[in-house]
Amino acid sequence: MAAHNKPFRVLPGFNLTLGYTLLYLSLLVLIPLSAVFIKTASGGWEHFWLSVTSPRVLASFRLSFGASLLAAAINSVFGLLLTWSLVRYRFPGRKIVDALIDLPFALPTAVAGIALTAIYAPKGWVGSLAEGYGIKIAFTPWGVLIALIFIGLPFVVRTVQPVLEDLEVELEEAASSLGANRWETFRRVIFPALLPALLTGFALSFARAVGEYGSVIFIAGNIPLVSEITPLLIITKLEQYDYTGATGIAAVMLLVSFVLLFIINGLQAWSTRRIGRTV
Amino acid sequence: MSIQVQNIRKQFGSFVALNDVSLDFPTGELVALLGPSGCGKTTLLRIIAGLEQADKGNVILEGTDASATHVRDRQVGFVFQHYALFRHMSVFDNIAFGLRVKPRNERPSEDVIRKKVTELLKLVQLDWLADRFPSQLSGGQRQRIALARALAVEPRVLLLDEPFGALDAKVRKELRRWLRRLHDELHITSIFVTHDQEEALEVADRVVLMNHGSVEQIGTPEEVWNAPKTPFVYSFLGSVNLFHGRAGQGALQVDEHSLTHAEDNIPQGAEVIAFARPHELDIDTDLTQVEGLRARIARIQAFGLTARVELERIDTSGTLHHYEVELTLERLIALQLRTGSEVRITPSHLKVFQTPSQPHTAPYIAAGI
Repeated sequence: MAAHNKPFRVLPGFNLTLGYTLLYLSLLVLIPLSAVFIKTASGGWEHFWLSVTSPRVLASFRLSFGASLLAAAINSVFGLLLTWSLVRYRFPGRKIVDALIDLPFALPTAVAGIALTAIYAPKGWVGSLAEGYGIKIAFTPWGVLIALIFIGLPFVVRTVQPVLEDLEVELEEAASSLGANRWETFRRVIFPALLPALLTGFALSFARAVGEYGSVIFIAGNIPLVSEITPLLIITKLEQYDYTGATGIAAVMLLVSFVLLFIINGLQAWSTRRIGRTV
Repeated sequence: MSIQVQNIRKQFGSFVALNDVSLDFPTGELVALLGPSGCGKTTLLRIIAGLEQADKGNVILEGTDASATHVRDRQVGFVFQHYALFRHMSVFDNIAFGLRVKPRNERPSEDVIRKKVTELLKLVQLDWLADRFPSQLSGGQRQRIALARALAVEPRVLLLDEPFGALDAKVRKELRRWLRRLHDELHITSIFVTHDQEEALEVADRVVLMNHGSVEQIGTPEEVWNAPKTPFVYSFLGSVNLFHGRAGQGALQVDEHSLTHAEDNIPQGAEVIAFARPHELDIDTDLTQVEGLRARIARIQAFGLTARVELERIDTSGTLHHYEVELTLERLIALQLRTGSEVRITPSHLKVFQTPSQPHTAPYIAAGI
């Protein structure tokens, strides 16, 4: 007589799906990324250190990560406003605005870059206006920032939108009936409910911005030490056949991005737990 | 505090939710707004709270017109069917919410808030749950916290929108007894909306019956149960037998059957509907008499204090009519009834209403037997 029943799973195909997932991720993500580190290691520590600490590379790190974080932060604020008006109000042309938001997703990044440059260049529409006040936008870090804001916007709007749409009106009614004014209701009731989605939007927008290349290089002007982004520097190194130098910079980018996303995800898990969804 | 609504009208598109409703809610009473879904009871409650605005009419709180006052200044406590607790706040913070959002010069100190919240938690008998989050509570607990939260701001009136609607039957019963006790302790003027007649009759001091955006009857639970004023109230409360017919000389003509009745203000030949509760009907096995309604016994349920007999009408009309008669067990034994046997149904009391020129018959049939 069998003493034990063999344990079984209710959902079939666990082994198959897990195996497939691992293989797929390995081929597409893990192996290529580890190649970056292996290649970097082959150049030796000293070469690596020299190439990633040269002033030009450090300046590009500062610009890339700084502008990306700033762009994601700006997108979080204005994306939230945009989402709010899209979800909460009915106005003529709302559908069109809703469709426009996806445009930065769909547009080839080079097209976006050219379009932005045309507008913000000293001879362009907005650029000439700003020039009147002595502000240069295109071919400066500000240009980089604008391009990154442009491409990151849909991420915030599209992650916050469904959550805001699902937010029960009753919560706001309850807050109102308890005497809270609009600001208190937003600060204490609505915003905490949106925070996890907003953090996701922030993370996605940031991740996209760090890796962005096409739309930035046109408007940035790519002046070394001023408006040169890291991805461009990697390409430059490759063109100079300095492969280990290129992978060295890439490895640093990879690590920093990973750590930042890890922190954001942690924040997001924390805020989600507070809402009690995981309990 | 007293609440009055005067000539309230509210329309959603072409649907008239409330049609010229005027009501007076006396101070300190617990009143139930009872009616089928879509009768306008929740809309009326929301208008009183200020969550909805009436197209016409006034809401008068404590003698002053509050129609233009914003919900946050009306000092009403509102309890929602689905609790509407703030999920990211602990139970304690939920209850403290109303105190913490007060303008700075009215806001009590954290010590006072702590004391007050603890008191309220004791009042709703959940003081050990202060640090939990709403998602960790059962439905009944959540609703009690929602009530405590509403009471924290010391509202002048308490409005509850189907407060037990989302709970299962057992918890519902417990909670409504608890609500009654709480009301007896606090004596705060309260209105609650429900579609459950048992709940309304058991808990409320006074019941307002609503249908199609109008008030059908107001009264104590005994009044509305014992003396329904309209056909709607008759069919909505309890089980009832319904007869469609034409008024004759002291009798009601239902197809080829004839039922005697005692109403004297029904003109002859008028289309009427008549109601009788199951205990107001009797069964007679003497088939030589013509008075009464010929029927066949479909089912006998003889448990409990009384027996329920289900019958089907025998006639030429072809459609099936069901009736329910409640007999004492002695009567059942004396009659020696058997499933399938043919009998006469005779009403001891029949309430006759003249059919309005525009008949709203559908809901009566749906709610009757």
